[in-house]
Amino acid sequence: MGVDVYLNVAVAGVLTGLVYGLMALGLSVIFGVVRIVNFAHGEMMSVAMYIAVVLFSTLHLDPLIMLVPIAAVMFVLGYALQAGLINPFITRPEHSQFLLVVALAIIIVNALLIIFGPDARSVQTSYAYDSFELGPVIVDASKCYAAAAAIVVSAVLFVFFRSTLIGKAIRACADNYTGALVVGLNVKHLYALTFAIGAACVGAAGTMMTLITDVTPALGPGYTLLAFVIVITGGLGSMPGALIGGVLIGLTEAVAGLLFTPSAKSMFAFGILVIVLLFRPQGILGRRLT
Amino acid sequence: MKNIAITRLAPGLSRRAMVLLAVLLAALLIAPWFVGDYLITVLIVIFYLAFTGQAWNIMMGFAGQLSLGHAIYAGLGAYVTAALFTRFGLSPWLGLLVAMPIAAACGAIIGFLAFRFGVAGVYFAILTIAFAEFARIGFDHLTIVNASAGLFLPVAQYSHNDLWRLRGNPTMFYYVMLAATAAAFVLCNALLRSRMGYFWLAIREDEQAALAAGINTFRYKMYAVMISAAVTSFAGVFYAFFYNNLFPEQVFNISRSIEMILGPIIGGVGTLFGPILGAFVLTGLAESVTSALAAFGVDLPGAKQIFYGICLLIVVVALPEGIWPWLASRLGIKGRSS
Repeated sequence: MGVDVYLNVAVAGVLTGLVYGLMALGLSVIFGVVRIVNFAHGEMMSVAMYIAVVLFSTLHLDPLIMLVPIAAVMFVLGYALQAGLINPFITRPEHSQFLLVVALAIIIVNALLIIFGPDARSVQTSYAYDSFELGPVIVDASKCYAAAAAIVVSAVLFVFFRSTLIGKAIRACADNYTGALVVGLNVKHLYALTFAIGAACVGAAGTMMTLITDVTPALGPGYTLLAFVIVITGGLGSMPGALIGGVLIGLTEAVAGLLFTPSAKSMFAFGILVIVLLFRPQGILGRRLT
Repeated sequence: MKNIAITRLAPGLSRRAMVLLAVLLAALLIAPWFVGDYLITVLIVIFYLAFTGQAWNIMMGFAGQLSLGHAIYAGLGAYVTAALFTRFGLSPWLGLLVAMPIAAACGAIIGFLAFRFGVAGVYFAILTIAFAEFARIGFDHLTIVNASAGLFLPVAQYSHNDLWRLRGNPTMFYYVMLAATAAAFVLCNALLRSRMGYFWLAIREDEQAALAAGINTFRYKMYAVMISAAVTSFAGVFYAFFYNNLFPEQVFNISRSIEMILGPIIGGVGTLFGPILGAFVLTGLAESVTSALAAFGVDLPGAKQIFYGICLLIVVVALPEGIWPWLASRLGIKGRSS
């Protein structure tokens, strides 16, 4: 195999990795602020994927156009979920939170199964087979659009957390829960808002993911694990870390799929996680754990 | 007389708790004469989950280390004994002597890496998942045990029971698993009341304080992982010989790990009766939902799981400590940590 093949696979891996990164960004925001182990993250993404697929197959709405509306829907769902169900669990032990979220995940997966059946569904856009040629590298157009959207959404989020007052308030909650309460922040509302932002992120990622891959109800748990691998690899609480982690994992999976068998590719993602956890538990860009 | 024997087996339990336990055990011992094959199979599943829940509880409930990857220990136990049985005809009981140290070693590796490098809490939980997933995909490509094609055991002849080779009818498996569950209960009770058990509880409540009090927390966390892993591996052996087929995709799947921990969490983490009660409640619930849906003629794949998920939600929202602590105070057998 020539170098070209590797280059092509690597570029595709990086582009997919950026979408992974956006998905993980949502988890990172939730995990970093609310401290809830959101084991329904991948399931939430498959909800967004199904919304995108249904909108496309019934109304022929392109996922790229529906990116913002679907993210908005997920935002509302996320807010309701945190405000209604998860907020009382903030002070509960981890295993109790875990059980709550796993129960949610079970319900989501099986509701999708009942509504849509077990078969894979996909979006067939007019540009599904387009590609750009950059020298020796042939880049899939869908992947390009998806990756570009992922970068834009991440940038917006970055600016939001850096520059707006609400963003700063949320970061204050993440830094010091008690301190945030003392200075009079409405922590419950901010937590719900954070969860909503995380859900919107994963909604955007899911919408873009429909351009890259098919969706089945069983997809959720795999993506949940992947999101955790990425967040911990990149560094908890670091937004660039989530994107870099996503790219790293996307690249690793793509190259490992080429070098070995595709079915063994996630083994390498988990391998990277184990190495990172052992030698740099705070992640590539994370702050030191205290 | 019987009461005295039980007192010795389960020191520290309140009198009412022991009476309850004795009645339950007696009922389960004679159950095969009164119930059909279907109920026997359901009870086997209950014992299986009670057993694995008890084993997981050693790590999480006693020592406070959240493992979400216990399928790896059961899977190792299943694969090691099944491979030794199909290749060399080795009895599963002898195979267990090989499988238990392997599972304990695997637990030791995970524990050593995590505890040495200060990986704790949620990070530790994710690390355990990572290892289990690693094993799942690894075994999927391990040709010596038929990789993803699966490992099959010669199907049991129901004509006679061969306890030594674990071939026989469901009733034999029923008693094997009942004995194992009872043994796990006795073991956990003894552990909880041992010096090590108190150290574990100290670590669970406040690791820094335990360390300051002079407890070698690293060592005792390692013991917890290794004992929990070794006990769990027996569940894998049972799984292999009861179901007669092993697929990495099923045995090491994360849903196996989650199944194992739902019981103790629902029943009450860190309690002795919690895992048993949780297994009864969850399996009973799942089975009654199945028959209820069948009775109403509902044939939707996934409907059962949704109902199951809703019930989990209700329990975890309503009873944060689990069912057992609540039930125990109702029954007036509120013993310390039992």
